[in-house]
Amino acid sequence: MSLLDLTAVELGRKIKAGEVSAVEATRESLAQIKALESTLNCYVTIDEDGALKRAEEVQKKIEAGKLSGPLAGVPVAIKDNMCTEGMLTTCSSKILYNFRPTFTAEAVACLEKAGAVILGKTNMDEFAMGSTTETSAFGETKNPWNIGHVPGGSSGGSCAAVAANECFYALGSDTGGSIRQPSSFCGVTGIKPTYGTVSRYGLIAYGSSLDQIGPIAKDVTDCATVLEAIASYDRKDSTSVNRDDTDFTSALVDDVKGMRIGIPRDYFGDGLNAEVKEAVLAAAKVLESKGAVVEEFDLSLVEYAIPAYYVIASAEASSNLSRFDGVKYGYRTKEYDGLHNMYKKSRSEGFGPEVKRRIMLGSFVLSSGYYDAYYLKALRTKALIKQAFDRAFEKYDVILGPASPTTAPKLGESLGDPLQMYLGDIYTISVNLAGLPGMSVPCGLDSQGLPIGLQLIGDCFREKNIIRAGYAFEQSRSYQAPEIARSIGVHDPADGASHGKEAK
Amino acid sequence: MANIISDETIEYVGILAKLELSDAEKEDAKRDMGRMLDYIDKLNELDTDGVEPMSHVFPVNNVFREDVVTNGDDRENIILNAPQKKDGQFMVPKTVE
Repeated sequence: MSLLDLTAVELGRKIKAGEVSAVEATRESLAQIKALESTLNCYVTIDEDGALKRAEEVQKKIEAGKLSGPLAGVPVAIKDNMCTEGMLTTCSSKILYNFRPTFTAEAVACLEKAGAVILGKTNMDEFAMGSTTETSAFGETKNPWNIGHVPGGSSGGSCAAVAANECFYALGSDTGGSIRQPSSFCGVTGIKPTYGTVSRYGLIAYGSSLDQIGPIAKDVTDCATVLEAIASYDRKDSTSVNRDDTDFTSALVDDVKGMRIGIPRDYFGDGLNAEVKEAVLAAAKVLESKGAVVEEFDLSLVEYAIPAYYVIASAEASSNLSRFDGVKYGYRTKEYDGLHNMYKKSRSEGFGPEVKRRIMLGSFVLSSGYYDAYYLKALRTKALIKQAFDRAFEKYDVILGPASPTTAPKLGESLGDPLQMYLGDIYTISVNLAGLPGMSVPCGLDSQGLPIGLQLIGDCFREKNIIRAGYAFEQSRSYQAPEIARSIGVHDPADGASHGKEAK
Repeated sequence: MANIISDETIEYVGILAKLELSDAEKEDAKRDMGRMLDYIDKLNELDTDGVEPMSHVFPVNNVFREDVVTNGDDRENIILNAPQKKDGQFMVPKTVE
């Protein structure tokens, strides 16, 4: 067994025990990256030198007893929409192709405090807008299970990197399913925490009322451990929630006796792939056989979540992305006539088609004359969706369903029809609207050999319920890695400096 | 398509969004936005009379603090990201005649 097959927590334990060093683990990860990146393209930036230097520092601290947490010395990959001081942070957009932040996102700083070694920044849909990682200005990421398929998105680079052993765990962000859907497509585990649990400080905003950072890893134990490390009350994020129940690893218990699990009938209707349905219902049976009380119910309003989401997220995006104007950072057009023309041309040349589409829609729904009919209507719908979940959680501890209606589509099949692509988010999006925690756990493979994800949804602040259910389910099957994860290339990463990529 | 987006609307939204679209992009935007709005109109099936618009799922309050500077002067580093700079300041095209 290769070092790379270990989970983050297993590796952390070996490092602590002195069986392996943070430097060795980092070298292994970098070698794997080197061997696979030309095929998979999980990263936008790989920081070889920085990672090795950091690994040496961390190793010294571990040996001196100054760092002893479960993640000390474990290499991690960060989605490229989280600021990392001095390291390129592009959001996979041409408009930020050369941006080096002067500060580090709070969630990343929490990991650094825990002794993490940052390998680099992962590819994503441009500004997290997309479900396939194909809208990246730096080329698409391939699914490690089948390189003819997408990894999902928008955290596709993070999920593919975890699946391909190009890191031990990763951070992603989830605005409408961007952690859970690619986790499902790549056969890894990902958690979107309750809104406000992880600081958004330094996360480049898309839809601020929906965005949450969360962990992506090989199993539930890793995810709970990472979430425990990144959850914080942060005054720099005005929507940060002060919680005293973030000891998420205490919920890693193989016991679901008496747990009430609801399966929304509305999640199993038209459009759901038969193999996905079968695998998800089989997972429910596993939990039932362990003593959970499983029953079906009607959640209602499911079909209204996507239209409400696209109004709210686009409106917030149009406002958030107005800061990219070619003045303070990023791309500026070469020729222009005056200030306003410079703004317009810089933005029009710097943003890709999907980002422009959402900025246009957002500007429209916020414009006078349409604000009430679209934006306020969507916010009222959001209130109704939240009420529907509140009613459900009076009866259930956990809601169980698929993470996505299908397994990963082929590359090049999704972007031609944006509306069709948006419909793929039907099971994940309402969770963001209601601020709930949600998790995707692998629960099987389809006949093409592509992973299927089980989604577990909890009530606000009840991550522990979904962690417990996910952990208990996970005991029934062992982690499956794609074939490609086993191929190891050069063991001695050459002397490359940190590098970014050219935008298309 | 129920929602027909006019040339004027696309022009106007382009101004709001600070985007300069090519003719081909404008045609695409008209079609895409029309289709999306048709889809969004589904929300009109819902009776939301008397429902308060919900911006945040939890009650959020203003987070106050004393007006004291806690971060240092990072001007030199910040200016490194500027596309154009002069004398330690951001440089923009002439805005006042």
